[in-house]
Amino acid sequence: MEQSTNIDRRKFLRITGITGTALVLGIGFLERDKIGKVFNMSGGDGEQGFAFTPYVSIEKSGTITILNPKSEMGQGTYQSVPALIAEELGVTLDQVTVKFTSGQLNIKDQATGGSSSVNSNYLPFRTLGASAKEMLITAAAKQWNVPVGECYAEDAKVYHKPSGKSLTYGELAEPASKLEVPKKPVLKDAKDFKMLGKATPRLDIPLKVSGKARFGIDAEVPGMMYASIERCPVIGGKLVSYDDKDALKVKGVQQVVKVERVFFKNKYTGIAVVADNYWAALQGRKALKIQWDYQGFDKFNSKDYEQSLRDLSKQEGIVAHKEGDFDSNFGSAAHKVEAFYETPFVTHSPMEPMNCTADWKDGKLEIWVSSQGAEWTRDSVAEALGIPKESIHVNMQFNGGGFGRRISQDYAVEAANLSKSINKPVKLLWTREDDTEMGPFRPATFSAMKGGISGGKVVAFQHKVISPSINATISPKYDKTKADDDMMEGTGSQPYEIPNMKNTYVFSDIHLPLTWWRSVTSSTVAFPHESFIDELAVATGKDPLEFRLGMLTKPSDTKRVLTKLKEVSGWDKPLPAGKGRGIAQWVFFAGLCGHVVEVSKVKDDAVKVDKVYAVIDLGTVVNPDNVKSQVEGAIVMALTAATKDAITFEKGKTEQTNFHNNRMVRMNEVPEIEVHILADGGPVIKGVGEPGLPSLAPALCNAVYAATGKRIRKLPFDLNKIS
Amino acid sequence: MASFTLNINNQSHTVDVDPEMPLLWVIRDFIGLKGTKFGCGIAQCGACTVHFDGQPIRSCSYPVQGAVGKKITTIEGISENTDHPIQKAWIELQVPQCGYCQSGQIMSAAALLNHNHQPTDADIDEAMSGNICRCGTYPRIRRAIHKAADLMNDKQTA
Repeated sequence: MEQSTNIDRRKFLRITGITGTALVLGIGFLERDKIGKVFNMSGGDGEQGFAFTPYVSIEKSGTITILNPKSEMGQGTYQSVPALIAEELGVTLDQVTVKFTSGQLNIKDQATGGSSSVNSNYLPFRTLGASAKEMLITAAAKQWNVPVGECYAEDAKVYHKPSGKSLTYGELAEPASKLEVPKKPVLKDAKDFKMLGKATPRLDIPLKVSGKARFGIDAEVPGMMYASIERCPVIGGKLVSYDDKDALKVKGVQQVVKVERVFFKNKYTGIAVVADNYWAALQGRKALKIQWDYQGFDKFNSKDYEQSLRDLSKQEGIVAHKEGDFDSNFGSAAHKVEAFYETPFVTHSPMEPMNCTADWKDGKLEIWVSSQGAEWTRDSVAEALGIPKESIHVNMQFNGGGFGRRISQDYAVEAANLSKSINKPVKLLWTREDDTEMGPFRPATFSAMKGGISGGKVVAFQHKVISPSINATISPKYDKTKADDDMMEGTGSQPYEIPNMKNTYVFSDIHLPLTWWRSVTSSTVAFPHESFIDELAVATGKDPLEFRLGMLTKPSDTKRVLTKLKEVSGWDKPLPAGKGRGIAQWVFFAGLCGHVVEVSKVKDDAVKVDKVYAVIDLGTVVNPDNVKSQVEGAIVMALTAATKDAITFEKGKTEQTNFHNNRMVRMNEVPEIEVHILADGGPVIKGVGEPGLPSLAPALCNAVYAATGKRIRKLPFDLNKIS
Repeated sequence: MASFTLNINNQSHTVDVDPEMPLLWVIRDFIGLKGTKFGCGIAQCGACTVHFDGQPIRSCSYPVQGAVGKKITTIEGISENTDHPIQKAWIELQVPQCGYCQSGQIMSAAALLNHNHQPTDADIDEAMSGNICRCGTYPRIRRAIHKAADLMNDKQTA
């Protein structure tokens, strides 16, 4: 026991780099029930069976370190997650050092996704901060021999109110470290918050306006090589042979080796050109002569695949969600509406292309990477290389965008494999072409919609999704006999009071690597769902917003969002001729947001997007300015997905290659955006990063319909060529 | 290989590289200034924007041999203490999200404000449309450019 304690202590010191005697508090998670409990880890020990996460430490020197297990990819967790601890601890963020965790085995949840970083940590991290503060106050009160109630903490000091004397947290760290963790630490009342709920500046922003922020691509290791990898242009093809004679003649090229990319169950072999500078690696790559066996995948093209999805839509599908009796009520409905909607494959295209620097040395691996999760990097690499997880140290860098792409660690596996194979540190950097062409992509989804109307009311509703599946491309154990709930996301959870519903799923197999995209399947299925609600409103002759509210007689968050949108957008004020507005909302695992979009007709077949109003429902807000920033960004990203380029395939190859043919919305195309936050202090804290995205496309297309009478049912569409 | 002497941020650097190597890789990997970013390699995204004599160029598509004799400025060279009016405005309006494109955005904005002290929205569209931001910070960039212009003009009148 003594020995293992010492090992824990040593490991812990390595994690935090702590030198002096310190107060260290962690959260222990009992594997059995996952309930977090705050522990004093100052001695490096704790109860058996718990995995400890040393989130906060205060050293004698006064240095306060907060470990942040969440990646910073633009969503603001570099500020918002440590702020949860700092607020209760009674320190400002400029008084603490924030460190990313690095894949340590005893640290839970080093993974970032699902808009969950703040909401999942809101109470545990505050409790941790409050516990530390109470221990520091108790230590001070003991030292002064005064009642605890006469003391308070602020700005990393404990004060004795009557006398005005104070002690710094550094001075109190050692005596506090010997105390018991309070059983029920008192959390601040929201009205006393100094940071939470307020627009607090982000710590990473000064670094990001001065070129000082370090992203994965900026990693440097002494003796490092640079690499670029040529992969089969037809995804799924296999390597037959390669000739590296000319590549090796390029000055600076050192080696050419085979390297494996592992994307979950899929493995792809590429040829890596390793050079002493990146430009040489690229020139060497161009000089490679490679023979691939396309394995028949060169027959794959978008036109046929899309038609296959349309053909599959004739199948009934597997029921994912059911209420009442759809079939008979649709059959007997006075008025039947049916429509077919299509959304495309798209790329994530974060601005920082995929890259990873790996250093294999004596069976251990050190990695520098932009990744959405240190534990995802660690686990993917450990599995691919067949080495223990504890042999991997992941240096998390700022992510130059994630959007779901950096959940998959295929590029880290490539770099790790490569470093092991050449036995040198190496920086692998994908080109933008690699990033655009090689996937993983957001899956296309097609939707067959049916609505039955009787007496001006929707009596039957069906959303059938026909699509390939992310789970199927990832898991070898995918069960085709069950409805894929992830591909039906949100279709059964809108609060509209429709008595008879039957949502079904039709699976379509595909060989392409697919993955989660910002707001996942809601980014595609909200468009048909909320556009079709609009079609039903039109069919009943009702205003689309009033039509929705008419199906929301009971109180709901959606009802509040729509009511707020009505108010802020001036919905009831008629627009001038040639303009139109549309509305949509979407509630799903990450949260809830609604949009009103205003467009004006500039030609018979062209519209301009004038303004977007968004209302995001949060319950509780941690950093309102950052929330607005996230919603603005989600709107721009949704606008790109709706109006720019699909990813398409011809002869098995991705047709789009770079930003000239996989275009992104630019400065001159962005409408005015107005974001409103509903934060009524409800018990449920909703997500921020994703909810601003799904309902933008349907609100936009509903606005286009209002302005032009043209119904958009296929994305992307061209704002300048509406048909 | 050939030897080139470059003036970057008022410092002289000599490198021995392939004359066709884009300036971007020279700046990043030979000189070690990592603030300038690689985004597309074909002058489509602007992440690699630096100045030649105050004018914005895309360093990913500019062979190093063409950079000799130019006064090159990178993000690291626009201020000593992150106090250029553009940087101040960017911080005040909390512009960056992931931040990867922002060096390029700031260099394009700085070039605009060098010759236009009161840019209109149309001027901003024109000057900034070569820079992609995938996080969608465009509305804040626009506001921050107006703010920076105000800060610069205030300074001049003060």
